[in-house]
Amino acid sequence: MKKNNAVLLSTPYLIWMVLFTLIPLGVVGYYALTDPSTGEFSLVNLRQLGMYLPVLWTSILYSLASAVVCLILGYPVAYFIAHCSQTAQRFLYMLVMLPMCMSFLLRTLAWVGLLNDQGIINNLIVALFDQLRALGGWMTNRLGWNALGGWLASIPEDFGRLTLIRTPGAVVLGMVYNYLPYMILPLYTTILKIDHRLIEAAEDLGCNAVQTFRRVILPLSVPGILSGMTMVFVPAVSTFYISQKMGSSSTVLIGDVIERQFKQGNNPNLGAALSIVLMILVFVCTGIMNRFGGDEEGSVVV
Amino acid sequence: MKKIISVALVFCLVLSCCAVFASAKGEKVTLYVYNWGQYIAEGDDDSIDVIEAFEEAYPNIRVKYSTYDSNESMYAKLSGGGITVDVIIPSDYMVGRMRQENMLLELNYDNIPNAQYIDESFRNTSYDPENKYSVPYTWGTVGIIYNTKYVDEADVTGWELLWNEKYADKILMFDNSRDAFGIAQYLLGYDINTTDEAELQACADKLAEQRGVVQQYVMDQIFDAMENEEAWIAPYYAGDYLTMVEENENLAFYRPDHQGFNMFIDAMCIPTCCQEKEAAELFINFLCDPEISAANMDFIGYSVPASASKEYLDEELANNPVAYPDAQELRNATSFDYLPEDVARHMESLFMSVRNG
Amino acid sequence: MKRTNRFITVLIFIFLYIPMAVLVVASFNTGKNITHFDGFTFQQYVRLFKDDDLLELLRNSLVVSVLASLIATTFGTVAAIGINGLNPRLRKAAMSLTNIPMTNPDIVTGVSLSLLFVFVGSRLLGQRNSLTFWTLLIAHVTFNLPYVILNVMPKLKQMDESLTDAALDLGCTHLQAFFKVTIHEIMPGIISGAIMAFTMSLDDFVISYFVTGLDFVTLPVEIYTYTKKPIQPKIYAMFTLLFLLIFVLMVISNVIQLMGDKKRQSARGK
Repeated sequence: MKKNNAVLLSTPYLIWMVLFTLIPLGVVGYYALTDPSTGEFSLVNLRQLGMYLPVLWTSILYSLASAVVCLILGYPVAYFIAHCSQTAQRFLYMLVMLPMCMSFLLRTLAWVGLLNDQGIINNLIVALFDQLRALGGWMTNRLGWNALGGWLASIPEDFGRLTLIRTPGAVVLGMVYNYLPYMILPLYTTILKIDHRLIEAAEDLGCNAVQTFRRVILPLSVPGILSGMTMVFVPAVSTFYISQKMGSSSTVLIGDVIERQFKQGNNPNLGAALSIVLMILVFVCTGIMNRFGGDEEGSVVV
Repeated sequence: MKKIISVALVFCLVLSCCAVFASAKGEKVTLYVYNWGQYIAEGDDDSIDVIEAFEEAYPNIRVKYSTYDSNESMYAKLSGGGITVDVIIPSDYMVGRMRQENMLLELNYDNIPNAQYIDESFRNTSYDPENKYSVPYTWGTVGIIYNTKYVDEADVTGWELLWNEKYADKILMFDNSRDAFGIAQYLLGYDINTTDEAELQACADKLAEQRGVVQQYVMDQIFDAMENEEAWIAPYYAGDYLTMVEENENLAFYRPDHQGFNMFIDAMCIPTCCQEKEAAELFINFLCDPEISAANMDFIGYSVPASASKEYLDEELANNPVAYPDAQELRNATSFDYLPEDVARHMESLFMSVRNG
Repeated sequence: MKRTNRFITVLIFIFLYIPMAVLVVASFNTGKNITHFDGFTFQQYVRLFKDDDLLELLRNSLVVSVLASLIATTFGTVAAIGINGLNPRLRKAAMSLTNIPMTNPDIVTGVSLSLLFVFVGSRLLGQRNSLTFWTLLIAHVTFNLPYVILNVMPKLKQMDESLTDAALDLGCTHLQAFFKVTIHEIMPGIISGAIMAFTMSLDDFVISYFVTGLDFVTLPVEIYTYTKKPIQPKIYAMFTLLFLLIFVLMVISNVIQLMGDKKRQSARGK
């Protein structure tokens, strides 16, 4: 393709991206360095950042935890799908992608309905214990098994309600649920590409299943693992909806704080400063991950 | 096959372009109303649909209705720039603040004849001394809503109930700085319009103490939580209590007279970014019509600022002391006044640090 | 190991679909409470179709998504071809630029775009209402473009250059070569990019939340405000219908791809 043509075709796009990707970041920088009331250059926002370090740290911990859980849950699934027949693969791939396309807000709300104190799971548990109590009564009256029956019948009313929501576990669950497909898909694509002959060779040389996995399959799936972890970590660290719905009042993530500054606090300057911090954080993390994985130009493994 | 796909794509493109431009055409005037959530009757439960009634009365006006959940969100959205809205309904102190900051337009009362019905006691307020910028929509009080099934009556002694460890994780709290600080100020005996740095810090500390027992900081989410008994105690507005008690009759309302409680007026204003001033004034006028106002209040449960409307109210509601407390009960009620901008910002950042821990 | 994998996969799929099941069941519920099934009814669907506001929101969402994905697909495909022909250094720079919206958390993208629009609109142009349909569209196109490019680029690289060369040798102009050869080779990439852009736009909440004004609201943003106050069951009905629609679309696209594969296989078999 002639060089001039290439430049001609790509220039409008490059201008668009500079205009709507780089320049907005510049505007964010401008707001971050401006005093909210006077509009003049000031470092007041940067000074306030120190107060939010614990929040940032909490967000990183939660996201890392979710990424690891997603990896543990997602790897077997990706492996299984990669070893199915072609049609099955297509179908399963579609099934994994489908939840991603549906409203993430409503699905999170469904989890709230499931985990609530008066929610579906708790109601089921209580109903189960109700049945056990009834069983105990039946045992005592009909079968005369007083000991066992009496014990079962003495289960108190409304027993078994667990506090599932508004715990850190619920927040991690929410993140894992929403971002699991983002882990499965890159893993699946990478595992698919692993050359079978390498596995056969390993087996021929005497490795059992575990050794083959550890020495051949796992190292070859590293690009997928890194890609998946990045794709889970980045949205998880910046989410605000999941922590608002599933977390307690003390679970405050950096996304919450940024959103509050813009929507309630009327302090876009502090919000901008926090956004820059978040962006730098993500940049550093993806940089680290790319270092370990070696970079492939232009291929987010999707 | 490919031809079919490309034809379908072009068809979609054309269709969507038509859809966009069809909505842009049309000779109707579009009126943007920005109000609190759950704050207008929209036809649920056989109530009047105020917006539909207005559109029927004025067929060339189309109403686009959006909601916010606190004065601060509304203020942030408007001052951040970037949106147009024609009618807003902020609370007293926010009206005062926006008036000070020249964010409101003067009303043309020729278009709002129904404003004559507003009672004397609601005119010439401290936030709008000459009534040039606002017309009262509702008034109400703040109190504690609690679930009698779970909460011991003996514990209901004042605002300190919200700090009671016995009900830890079943207590909700206001998610906006003004209302939250107000409660702390009543509890500690300060004036709710104080600008004293030490007093504000003391309130922030008191609120930080409360974090351990608070289940969630909420605004509109309170409806579900209290009705489903996820939480048992929450401070909120009297009118909303009346809405909630219809879904869950175990709920009761308590106002701490001895410590004081907040009385507020929410008023209709026109912000400077308004595009359709006349239509906005017609809408305000419509909401002040005694019959419409009464039918509206019947549903939302708040109190009307016009005695003429009270005649049309449902009798039970008109005689309900929760909605219409007498003068004796109101003796310790105080209202928010607007705070200077730096104090408001300081309070907001103190509240933010309470929320973040 | 295969059996454990299968077991885990089944569990994970159940896990993924439980909330969807809860929502679908809730759409047939007479009561408002998602946790209590009071009775079976189609009422919510009836109410959904009577609710003009909700349908308008749905229409808004579809309009933005379709327009944004179409624009992004055409623009992105052209750009991908262009970038592919650049020298390596420029290409690397272009790809880094493309990666920025993808690696940036969407809250940062939303915040930066909204600040840009307000800044330009209020300070430079002196207008009050800067956040409109057009700014929303620009935002959607901006975050869709990288997805399109990253789907088309691999196909471009895989494509055999000699095919285009052959077309040129046989007398085609560049444009004809593109339409007769290139586009067919990269079509799977274009389609998957377009579908991805469409679904990303349709469900986008965070970026739209920051960039939207009050006059053109999309469905996810409105659901967010709905979820702050008691949610109405007709939303669940809408969810169920959208779910069915997307499910059907995906099955159809899969079947089409399957038929395409079979055709190609039998063609190669000859």
